[in-house]
Amino acid sequence: MTTTLRDRAKRRTGSIAAGVAVAMIGLAYASVPLYRVFCQATGFGGTTGRAEAAALPQSDVLRGLAGRTIRIRFDSNIGPGMAWRFAPRDREQTIKIGEKRLAFFEATNLSRATTTGRAVFNVSPDTAGKYFRKIQCFCFTEQTLKAGETVQMPVTFFVDPDILKDKDAAKIDEITLSYTFYPVDNPAPEAVSAAGTPSGISVKNKG
Amino acid sequence: MATASALAGHGHDHAGDDHADHKLSFIQRWLFSTNHKDIGTLYLIFAVVAGTIGGAISGIMRLELAAPGIQYLTWFTQGNLDASYHLWNVFITAHGLIMVFFTVMPAMIGGFGNWFVPIMIGAPDMAFPRMNNVSFWLLVPSFLLLCGSMFVEGPAGFNGAGTGWTLYPPLSTSGHPGPAVDMAILSLHLAGASSILGAINFITTILNMRAPGMTLHKMPLFVWSVLVTAFLLLLSLPVLAGAITMLLTDRNFGTTFFTAESGGDPILYQHLFWFFGHPEVYIMILPGFGMISQIISTFSKKPVFGYLGMAYAMVAIGFIGFLVWAHHMFTSGLDVNTKMYFTAATMIIAVPTGIKIFSWIATMWGGSLSFKTPMLWALGFIFMFTVGGVSGVLLANAGVDTYMHNSYYVVAHFHYVLSLGAVFSIFAGFYYWFGKMTGKPYNEVLGQLHFWVFFLGVNVLFFPMHFLGQDGMPRRIPDYPVQFAYYNKIASYGYVIMALGMVFFFLNLIVSFASKKRVAGNYWGEGATTLEWTLSSPPPFHQFETLPVIK
Repeated sequence: MTTTLRDRAKRRTGSIAAGVAVAMIGLAYASVPLYRVFCQATGFGGTTGRAEAAALPQSDVLRGLAGRTIRIRFDSNIGPGMAWRFAPRDREQTIKIGEKRLAFFEATNLSRATTTGRAVFNVSPDTAGKYFRKIQCFCFTEQTLKAGETVQMPVTFFVDPDILKDKDAAKIDEITLSYTFYPVDNPAPEAVSAAGTPSGISVKNKG
Repeated sequence: MATASALAGHGHDHAGDDHADHKLSFIQRWLFSTNHKDIGTLYLIFAVVAGTIGGAISGIMRLELAAPGIQYLTWFTQGNLDASYHLWNVFITAHGLIMVFFTVMPAMIGGFGNWFVPIMIGAPDMAFPRMNNVSFWLLVPSFLLLCGSMFVEGPAGFNGAGTGWTLYPPLSTSGHPGPAVDMAILSLHLAGASSILGAINFITTILNMRAPGMTLHKMPLFVWSVLVTAFLLLLSLPVLAGAITMLLTDRNFGTTFFTAESGGDPILYQHLFWFFGHPEVYIMILPGFGMISQIISTFSKKPVFGYLGMAYAMVAIGFIGFLVWAHHMFTSGLDVNTKMYFTAATMIIAVPTGIKIFSWIATMWGGSLSFKTPMLWALGFIFMFTVGGVSGVLLANAGVDTYMHNSYYVVAHFHYVLSLGAVFSIFAGFYYWFGKMTGKPYNEVLGQLHFWVFFLGVNVLFFPMHFLGQDGMPRRIPDYPVQFAYYNKIASYGYVIMALGMVFFFLNLIVSFASKKRVAGNYWGEGATTLEWTLSSPPPFHQFETLPVIK
């Protein structure tokens, strides 16, 4: 083998290897959107589903369920640096599977300044995540409260009847819906969708 | 000390050959070095220095853990207890990162890999000698950045990064506003770049520069192990680089990859980290597998049993190693089916690993054994690695791991496979090739003393940790309830014995470098069959100017 031939082979192998390394960095970044899509598609890690009102089950499906019920518990938390009081109006509700329900959370701004917050949500147990469908939620937008103001915040949801067909989730008789309010530094001028990461918003990293 | 002696050794040999007319100055030879043997020597010196620092840190930790309460950490913090607790976290972080990135990897891949891969395949040097130099010299600033991070602010009011080697957010983001974690991240970037360049170099060297007749299926197993390791590095390290870059931008530039309140997910970091982290543990052990194969074969005076099985077992371990990462995350809320998969996949690794262990035993079976120091270390390696492997199979069970997670049982497990597995193979390789690298014999009595004292010490040190873990002692704590005192005291005695063993190692270095004796080209005799034994000891500055032909 001549020297130049061998040099060319070396350069080719080296370039391919370097390309693989660069591709793996790209894959690491691609994993961010992929992971989000994966969580939303599968409800992995308790990611809840978002649904339109039209997605509610038909009445004949509901009749077929013969009024099966499930208990929903509500949990509320306040992130660090957030001077709000935040609590569900009811600790729990027992609802019919497939039935649209409305629940209220009450938030009070205890600080002396107008504050904007964003609620992050999660469902436990994880496997129930994809069957817990929200039609409307205060967590879809940022919430701004004036000093001392108290508001009632609604969430409209239903539990997808498909939960009874999933052998991992069918035996669940209680689902906990949990919210945590985090402060938002620079509120977006208009409401942003909860599905995507709001751009141009930096979040206070305290404590 | 080691530098000067190694230089003297080389210089002596150098004067005799036909390159004497353009003798390199010290700076040219060691700072601008492009010779794979010199760079390998630099890597080995670096690993010894970093390992000593990392080992000293663990000494302070074992001292503090010898009895309940905080006795010694407050010496470093003017009596401030909270600062002592943080200092503890800084110590475990530094110990882990130093041992992984600056001791085991440089010694195995940079040191022995650089020294012997080109020789074993009959190549004159590495494929990209200048890039090889860059790889080494990236590691030095990387190490300095990590050491420096211990002296700048991490969390408010305290110095250093106390995140553990895993750097999980939110502790590494909102928990450490100071620049210490930024320095640690940049340090990992540099170390990662160094290893990726090294991996490209090894892959190119092994695939393109084998001597005529040296087919892939005739390559020594050490070369196979470095080839598999290089592929693991190439595929896993960029993922770490990506993950820690996201951490860096989360910390400094307002991105929210791992910030839950803005739509990010801190668990995603754990997935990315362990997609790197699990292959990383095989990166640390595979070259050891390779060295042990050469050594067992040499001292049994037999070729390795099941050569192809051994080679492809390493390939299989490397491949499966990418499919099991979430067994580090069993308590992060995975659902039961995911855990079931990761449990099963993890256990499957025991199959190729078992092939290797049994093939080593079969290599010795009926062999003409001689128990020289390298062989003792190799046998110690097999024993230790088997113990660590068995506790690994146990931990692979997601159900059991829910109890064991973050306990001292895990600490015992990974020290048996790394501190005792990887480090034993490094010492085995060191004694095996010391004469080849320096031209001087090591002292057999001191070498054997080093082995027996060290072997006893590490077992007394790490075995009681299994009991502590099963009793529920969590890892990463500087203080503990009094019921854990008994085994902690024994473990600390073990550290002292192990440290005594290291005294024999350093003594051996001094005695051997001072030795006036010289060794022959093949001082192990008929069992040593790879190409490095066809050369003089130390090998000429440029070997194989006419390529050897392998039958």
